[in-house]
Amino acid sequence: MSKNSAAKQTASLDFSLRKARQSSQEFVATPEQSNPLFGQRLLKDRRALISLWVLVSLMLAAIFGPLVWQQSPSQQWLSHISTGPALGIDAEIVDIEDTPLQAVDEFEAVVSNTEQVLLVWPNNGKNYRIFRHNEALPPPGIPLGTSNTGWYSDQLQLRAEPWVYTLIADDNEQLSVKVTPRPAISVFEAKLQGLIPENLSDQQAVGQHIRLPAHPLGTDQLGRDMFARILEGARTSLFVGIVAPLLFIFFGTVYGALAGLLGGVWDDLMMRFADFVVGLPLLLFMILFRVLFGFEAGDSGVTAIIVAMLLLSWPSSARLVRGQVLQMREQPFVQSARLSGASNLYLIRHHLVPNLLPLLLVSLSFAIPQAIFTEAFLSFIGLGVSPPTASWGSLCNEGIKTLLTHPHELVFPALMISITVLAFNSLGESLRDAVDVKGRDNV
Amino acid sequence: MLRYIANRLLSAVITIWFIATATFFIMHAVPGDPFSQEKAVSEDIRKNLEARYGLDKPLIQQYGIFLGNMVQGDFGISYVQENREVNDIIREHFPVSATLGVVSLLIAVFAAVLLGAMAAVFRDRWQDNVVLIAVVAAISVPSFVIAALAQLAIVKINSTLGWQLLPVAGWGRVSHIWVPALVLGLGTLAYLTRLMRSSMLEVMSADFSLTAKSKGLTTWQVFYRHQLRNALLPVVTELGPTIAAITTGGFVVELVFAIPGMGRYFVEAVQHLDYTVIMGTTVFYGAFLVLMVLVVDILYGWIDPRIRLAKGGLL
Repeated sequence: MSKNSAAKQTASLDFSLRKARQSSQEFVATPEQSNPLFGQRLLKDRRALISLWVLVSLMLAAIFGPLVWQQSPSQQWLSHISTGPALGIDAEIVDIEDTPLQAVDEFEAVVSNTEQVLLVWPNNGKNYRIFRHNEALPPPGIPLGTSNTGWYSDQLQLRAEPWVYTLIADDNEQLSVKVTPRPAISVFEAKLQGLIPENLSDQQAVGQHIRLPAHPLGTDQLGRDMFARILEGARTSLFVGIVAPLLFIFFGTVYGALAGLLGGVWDDLMMRFADFVVGLPLLLFMILFRVLFGFEAGDSGVTAIIVAMLLLSWPSSARLVRGQVLQMREQPFVQSARLSGASNLYLIRHHLVPNLLPLLLVSLSFAIPQAIFTEAFLSFIGLGVSPPTASWGSLCNEGIKTLLTHPHELVFPALMISITVLAFNSLGESLRDAVDVKGRDNV
Repeated sequence: MLRYIANRLLSAVITIWFIATATFFIMHAVPGDPFSQEKAVSEDIRKNLEARYGLDKPLIQQYGIFLGNMVQGDFGISYVQENREVNDIIREHFPVSATLGVVSLLIAVFAAVLLGAMAAVFRDRWQDNVVLIAVVAAISVPSFVIAALAQLAIVKINSTLGWQLLPVAGWGRVSHIWVPALVLGLGTLAYLTRLMRSSMLEVMSADFSLTAKSKGLTTWQVFYRHQLRNALLPVVTELGPTIAAITTGGFVVELVFAIPGMGRYFVEAVQHLDYTVIMGTTVFYGAFLVLMVLVVDILYGWIDPRIRLAKGGLL
């Protein structure tokens, strides 16, 4: 406590000294003068610090994550379609068996692993329909097919949990067997994923146990690792979310400042133009820019989103900056600087910019969540990034389709959006409070 | 005052004309046309179609025809929904969007006033914390995720109860409106709740509250007759931007809940390059927003004369 207040005292002492020194030279508020206070208030705010840490780690994850996490976001694990979060499991390398050789006395599964379940029953020439169900489904479950040969091979990759197979004959005779498949991977798939050397012969490979890579956030409906996709999505979403607001706030600032400085008819005309831009339909621009900026395979569509947002989102910051400039023009410190013979360029560099910066920082941190939401919305209606590029918005959009059966595909990307938006919003609030002392206790 | 309104109306008309012009040329700059989306048609049929819709004329002439028709309030016939007039589409689907918007605005405002006032009265107690956390959660989740989760919740509730408490999607009955309206208004609700809370806190420490209390009024009387009414003012002034937010945010909710509103038709029209519907809906939305802003500005002046003076000074 005492240390804190001592530090504060030194700082304020330093501040007043500098102020005195400066005021002897010139009657201006320079950035050095306003920033220590601003930064100090910010660093004392626990909420701001936490948000900053969250954002920094998100950005580090976006930049370095794909380098550290070795799985590719576009690699498909055909044996792991829409699986939930799981650590790496041991799996046996198996070969798909074609036909059963031995005859059996009763209905049983002679092979049961996650790649294949081979059902065999005494062949009496009757035609059976084959169904499969588990706890989540009412018996007899999903129809798989029919067979009158005394055997059936189910090669729809299963999860390693109990399943019940039911045979129903045309005369309503019913047979059923419970099966818990062992985790397995086919020789073909193991070679495809580079888990075993290409030149290993099938006989050598079969029966070996290998460890499958972990999918800490599960896989999506095409069997791609969700963690890798979310890391890739972080790159896209954060890039769009940060670059687009930076650009349109910069443009809006220049535009608004120009309108405010020129004043009169120019101001009127420029602001009317801004009003008109607000009314333009974003979706139409999105389609146009997607065509203009390449719609070929491999184009992610990120450029189109950024350009469309830049062209349509600047008016709000232009209006904000114009208001500030108009207000500032009448401020005594600006007028006294003008009286002392300061040029327009000097006024802009030493008065306008330093006074606007904190405000722009605040509006930037509120514009970023808005931009992330806009990107997500565009991806949701199919005008955002094109597959296979992942963004958090497009991941959510894909996840919504399987919400009922595999909620993890929506929950994780949605959570990432929420955490990011939350962090930027609370950082923005802390910045606003640091800028504006009034009303700090209330909001 | 009349001069002010006339001035604003004139600039509104110019703004709408600009929006219409820009949209018209951007739309025609997009490669392809409404007929290139469906299966290929033969050259002759295509020529006939283009002649029927006037697409064979030079663009500038098409623009002239469009402007002439627009002034008379005629936006033509849809390309995709054959033989349907754009005006009919707007007439049929705008009321749906408007109903949804109004209900969601009402829900948002009432809930926000209630929650915000409660949070302020119970400042720093658990009630306040719950409201603040809920508000933060509501603004951090994308609306389409909230919509999907709300649908999931309805499904679960219905299957647990064994009978249909609320329909999952659709339109036509009163029960269809509540969940989409709540989802649509959630962002606004969160924003207004915070505004209400801070304005209530300000009012509670104002001198007139103390005066009212020292006159011997009960807590409830002070709260209802003095504090609540004054705290409402900033919320009312925020309604203008809010109306805009809710009308434009309708796309997602209409898509997810299968509501036949204008937003959905606009998205579909853009995707199919349905020229006439795009123009009609864009101009209609533009005019609606511009008029709303104008009405709200005039209302402010009527409520608070100080604002009217300021506006007059600016013009």
